[in-house]
Amino acid sequence: MTSATSTPVRTRRNLPWPIAFYQTAVGKKWVMAVTGIILLGFVLVHMVGNLKMYLGETDLNKYGVALREIGGDLVPHTSILWAVRSLLILAFVLHIHAAATLTAMNRKARPVGYKGGRHYVAANYAARTMRMTGVIVLLYLLFHLMDLTWGNANPNFVHGEPYHNVVESFSRAPVAVVYIIANILLGIHIYHGAWSMFQSLGWNNPRINAARRWFATAFAALIVIGNVSMPIAVLAGVVS
Amino acid sequence: MRVHLKIWRQKNARTEGAFAEYDLDNVSHEMSFLEMLDVLNEQLISGGQEPVAFDSDCREGICGMCGVMINGEAHGPQRGTATCQLHMRKFSDGAHITVEPWRSRSFPVNKDLSVDRSALDRIIEAGGYITAPTGSAPEANLIPVPKEVSDAAFDAAACIGCGACVAACPNGAANLFTAAKIAHLNLLPQGQPERWSRVVRMVETMEDHFGSCTNYGECQAACPKEISIDYIAYMNRDFVKAQLKNRRLIAQRG
Repeated sequence: MTSATSTPVRTRRNLPWPIAFYQTAVGKKWVMAVTGIILLGFVLVHMVGNLKMYLGETDLNKYGVALREIGGDLVPHTSILWAVRSLLILAFVLHIHAAATLTAMNRKARPVGYKGGRHYVAANYAARTMRMTGVIVLLYLLFHLMDLTWGNANPNFVHGEPYHNVVESFSRAPVAVVYIIANILLGIHIYHGAWSMFQSLGWNNPRINAARRWFATAFAALIVIGNVSMPIAVLAGVVS
Repeated sequence: MRVHLKIWRQKNARTEGAFAEYDLDNVSHEMSFLEMLDVLNEQLISGGQEPVAFDSDCREGICGMCGVMINGEAHGPQRGTATCQLHMRKFSDGAHITVEPWRSRSFPVNKDLSVDRSALDRIIEAGGYITAPTGSAPEANLIPVPKEVSDAAFDAAACIGCGACVAACPNGAANLFTAAKIAHLNLLPQGQPERWSRVVRMVETMEDHFGSCTNYGECQAACPKEISIDYIAYMNRDFVKAQLKNRRLIAQRG
């Protein structure tokens, strides 16, 4: 009988080590974890900053101005803000590129699936929907920028008045629902990501496994509760 | 007890396969799953039909030869056992059982339920060994190893290379197998000379054949030796460290 042994899917070239590292799946997952940490930091700071909405119009608007004036007179106006934005954009691009290329690699790894079906015993809902929640959160992010940064999705947008813009945006019930659903999906994405990153970085050991689950759950819950509270508060008339 | 079987039949890697259905009476609940398949094959042979090809050897869970997808689970519904240690008492009378081979691009079907797992051998060839002088075995107590470390290395070394981790992984990744093989050498003093080249070469070879890890944890649940995904984290850590360590070795060479 002729044997049909496996042949490698791809061949390797000699490249400088950071690129060679990124070309491996383990390297890509490390990059996804590092960029994930940057994005988690952003999501947390963004949520905490926006909670200033509850302190009133003056506080939130002053916070918006302060973001542009980080560094004071030591640096050109908005330069630190743009440095942070550049880092975030780079983190987003790498996170998405790694996810897309790894997904393509994984599709190739099993061209013929289980005809009799699969029964999952360990993979939870969050883990299995990472690609879907990731894409939806990205689409939501674009809408969110159009709605509250650039203003072209918000008919009553006034540049430089975030409090007014937020209230105007969330007063539209369908928009508020989009925000609520998108943030719940973001929470589901974080529930797996904030747990999984320790594994990808190789930072975990059996002693911290329980703490990792706790950390990811608490982080996801904090983000969802904080972010979802804002459209609800506007819809309920608590903030107007 | 009676069982209704739906078994994957495929002539070889180049032909299309399909499910065939069989009814089997007089199955004892004390039979192992493989013994049940033996009974089916005797029935097929006496009826002049081609028996179902499947792999098995030791039938006591230590050789890693057997392994099929049973009702969508690698090695079936029982945790921590290979297919040969799964007994029919785990199924109810009249159960419908679907049996399929491991599915992976790098596990081509030899015939029916038997797949070619030699891609796992390519990973071992890339670094699953140590440099040791030949001759009589050295005195074991010459190299002290902390108890915890030897236990951790032993748990990793329990891997029998059955391929259930690949079969169970939604991504078709072999990270648990590779991580176990790396850890059982990288944890011990004898494995240190090749530690950093081993992890790089074995990970790269693994990725030439298999998918990537997304931390689902399906492999750990399917593993007949219950090897923990903590070893995958250990492999990731050594792989990242090796990026710097190997550079340093090259630099010192001038």
